[in-house]
Amino acid sequence: MDNGTYKKYVETRAKKSPTLKNCLRAFLCGGAICTAAHALKSLYLCFGMPDETAGMLTSVTLIFAAVLLTGIGVFDKIAKHAGAGTLVPITGFANAVASSAIDAKTEGFVLGVGAKIFTIAGPVILYGISAGVIYGVIYYVCRML
Amino acid sequence: MSYFLAFAVGGLLCAAAQILIDKTRLTPARILVAYVVIGVFLGAVGLYRPILDFAGGGAATPLTGFGYVISKGVKESVDRDGLVGALTGGLTASAGGITAALFFGLLASLVFRSKPKK
Repeated sequence: MDNGTYKKYVETRAKKSPTLKNCLRAFLCGGAICTAAHALKSLYLCFGMPDETAGMLTSVTLIFAAVLLTGIGVFDKIAKHAGAGTLVPITGFANAVASSAIDAKTEGFVLGVGAKIFTIAGPVILYGISAGVIYGVIYYVCRML
Repeated sequence: MSYFLAFAVGGLLCAAAQILIDKTRLTPARILVAYVVIGVFLGAVGLYRPILDFAGGGAATPLTGFGYVISKGVKESVDRDGLVGALTGGLTASAGGITAALFFGLLASLVFRSKPKK
């Protein structure tokens, strides 16, 4: 075995197990958050809310929980183990918003918190909304035909 | 059963993102952007609604669900108001989540201090 092949061999051996472990953690934690969201929505529907309001309120509840956990420093501890499990659900978006806002506090409230709160939220909103506009134009043109 | 489906589909979406983070150079911020845009796209071609009906919270909670809400809002607005709906639908539909995140984030910055990173 020459050096090149050995290096490749080491790389595959070294990276494989963390990825699998990380994936399993992300799967379990992400799944748990989604299940909790599912339960919350069922609860809101039980209160007689319309489907859309219940869905929106479920997101808002998760966002509130994520922001609160970020503030008291618990979110980071969970996220360290869960990886993408806490990132991909709406909790990751809320955490990104809250943590950049809290970190920017020392830089003042206008150009500190006010600007930095959009560090992660900005790109997500910008590209999400832009994709929506493009879709809207295409949909409008298709409907005319 | 619906809880199991929510767990499995939501978990799979997260595991897929974890693979992308570990195996590619995609940063978490790029993953979030990619998931939202994918959600808009899948919503636009009509594929996300069936996933949502199938998995409930498992499809609504990940950021792809956020993207789906945008595409749904755009579609409804264009149906109602014509072309101008393409500009208003996305933010209108996602207003609750965005406003909640920003406002709670602002409150958090008033109440909490950043902790030293270990």
